[in-house]
Amino acid sequence: MTQRPPTQTPTQEAAYLEAYESLRNNGYAHDPDWAQTLRADAIAKFKEMGFPIARRGNEEWKYTDIRSIATTPFHLPDSPATLDLSDRRLRSVALGRLDWNRLAFVDGVYSERLSSLQSLPEGVRVVNLAEAMRSSSDIVQEYLARYADCQANPFVALNTAFMHDGALVSIPDGAVVEEPIHLLFISTGKQETVSNPRVLLVTGKDSSATVIESYATLAQGRYFTNSVTEVLPGPGAALRYYKVQQQSDKAFHITNTRVVMPRDASFSSVNIDLGGRLTRNNLDVLITGEGASVNLTGLYMPTGVQHVDNQVIVDHAVGHTTARELYKGILNGKSRSVFHGSIIVREKAVKVDAIQEDKNLLLSDGAEADTKPAFWIYCDDVKCAHGAACGQIDEDVLFYLRSRGLSDTAARHLLVQGFVADIIESIRYEPLRVKIDALVKARLARWLGAEEAA
Amino acid sequence: MLEVRDLHASISDIEILKGVYLTVKAGEMHAIMGPNGSGKSTLAYVLAGKTNYKVTSGQALLDGQDLLGMLPEFRARAGLFLSFQSPLEIAGVRLDQFLRAGYNAIRKSRDEEEMDVLKFNRFLTTKLEMVELDESFTRRNVNEGFSGGERKRNEILQMAVLEPKLAILDEPDSGLDVDAVRTTAEGINQLRTPDNAVVLITHYQRILNYVVPDVVHIFINGRIVKTGGKELAEEVEAEGYDRFETAARASEPGT
Repeated sequence: MTQRPPTQTPTQEAAYLEAYESLRNNGYAHDPDWAQTLRADAIAKFKEMGFPIARRGNEEWKYTDIRSIATTPFHLPDSPATLDLSDRRLRSVALGRLDWNRLAFVDGVYSERLSSLQSLPEGVRVVNLAEAMRSSSDIVQEYLARYADCQANPFVALNTAFMHDGALVSIPDGAVVEEPIHLLFISTGKQETVSNPRVLLVTGKDSSATVIESYATLAQGRYFTNSVTEVLPGPGAALRYYKVQQQSDKAFHITNTRVVMPRDASFSSVNIDLGGRLTRNNLDVLITGEGASVNLTGLYMPTGVQHVDNQVIVDHAVGHTTARELYKGILNGKSRSVFHGSIIVREKAVKVDAIQEDKNLLLSDGAEADTKPAFWIYCDDVKCAHGAACGQIDEDVLFYLRSRGLSDTAARHLLVQGFVADIIESIRYEPLRVKIDALVKARLARWLGAEEAA
Repeated sequence: MLEVRDLHASISDIEILKGVYLTVKAGEMHAIMGPNGSGKSTLAYVLAGKTNYKVTSGQALLDGQDLLGMLPEFRARAGLFLSFQSPLEIAGVRLDQFLRAGYNAIRKSRDEEEMDVLKFNRFLTTKLEMVELDESFTRRNVNEGFSGGERKRNEILQMAVLEPKLAILDEPDSGLDVDAVRTTAEGINQLRTPDNAVVLITHYQRILNYVVPDVVHIFINGRIVKTGGKELAEEVEAEGYDRFETAARASEPGT
């Protein structure tokens, strides 16, 4: 029997370079020089690195194979965002809420029509990034693309080369924003389109705000979202940041979130992944100020052949800082999850208090979770702990519940809900907590059958 | 109320129950006493429907209904209750939530209206005093961080809430100090009515100082080998199980 050599599908870097050239001369031509320079440097970097497709010696992408992203000829959507949606439809993609201050994007392009900004306190800016770039706002010039690393990460480089529309959220010193600021990224689901959403969050000294970044789709297409979010809280600021991903189950979703924490700042994030064929979240937190604390929470619920990968790095450059990390996965079908957590404690970073944990509940025999929480500690005077677990529903506990009259299905629901209870509770903003709880329960009902079933 | 006839059950092809006969009438309290490893707990699990045991022959009827053909939840709804020897923790599930879910599942199966949170919590409060558990326990995750005694009393609390016809209590006294045994026993006594029945499984006679059985069975090597009144328990206390074990071996078929 003769074997044909495997046909190598070419990767598509050249198509991106071409698209970049075309935009440089057209769509981006009126942007200021500094922005042009950032993009030019980024595309050069991307050209140099290419997609990280190697299957050997590629530790960073060991468990997540992105060849299908690299070889698909994704293109930028050609028509501008003239999409209109009924209130009902908009509400369903906007986490059920039309009353939040909302900046909306369709396939990565800002949509004024679907946005709604009403009750922002004085000095709070929530604007399309492209507009802020054109007006060369100080904040944008100072912070944009200064933190997310193009040097080693081709997806960040790619996003930066195409950064245009996106969100700038800037909160002045001392401002307390009660209502959440919602950044809504809607995909139309058009086949083989790519978008590069970009978000810049800069909050002032001692300010307080809640930001929700959510991704939703109108159709189950095969498209690619490559987002980058830079988060820069001020000293003493409190920022609650929620990311809710409900992409098409054929879509590719890559996110890079970079957070830099100054003195006494607190950052809590909750990252919910429900959609996507392949999802990779890089969350990279650098703590540079004493007294700063981060609380990073995540929930992923893949099913079918979904693959979700969370890479979380917390780098304690200074001491007297705190990190709490809790990620949980509920896996169904033949899905796969990856969790890599790295907590780094630098030399002289004394009195760091860090805990990281990843727990997985496998609801099917075909699902698989890879979990690797790790510490890199270069200082003695620290308090660190980590844990990881993968398991199925405990049959003995299930029997305990059934012996009290609960049906098998109701008992499973209760156990899974118990498993995620602490994640749901970590969503401090109640209307969002209620919504996420409902989404989780609805997903479980599809997997386990209706809760009420006898 | 309960009629067990020639019950045989095995786990991984090893026979544990070797022909159990047991008849319990309404209003009665039965004690099943036996050494460790005799299969007492297996009897409890098999009656409650734990799936890793295989019933190879025999019958178990609750008020004439065939228990062995029913799923565990249907046995509970039919009025059977098992108090676990080692009650398990349930991560993220509060005790009040757990109890209400079970209580309502049973009510629903009887076409009774489900009870809302407020009403149920009031009802639950009335049951707490009996087992001397503080109200704060109901807001904690089931058995998480509970002491041994608290776990046992929590089982009795569940019995009080679910009001079963037949309660099988699997070593409600094991691992408890004398005060905790007394509290647990008082709880059990308060729950007795002329219409329900209790089967109490124990290794030691101690709890029977507080809970007085109508009938005592000696359980050796997968069978009840002797049945008598409460004086049988005193015999065990004085002499241990040796004599019963020797007698059981002598009477086994094939020896």
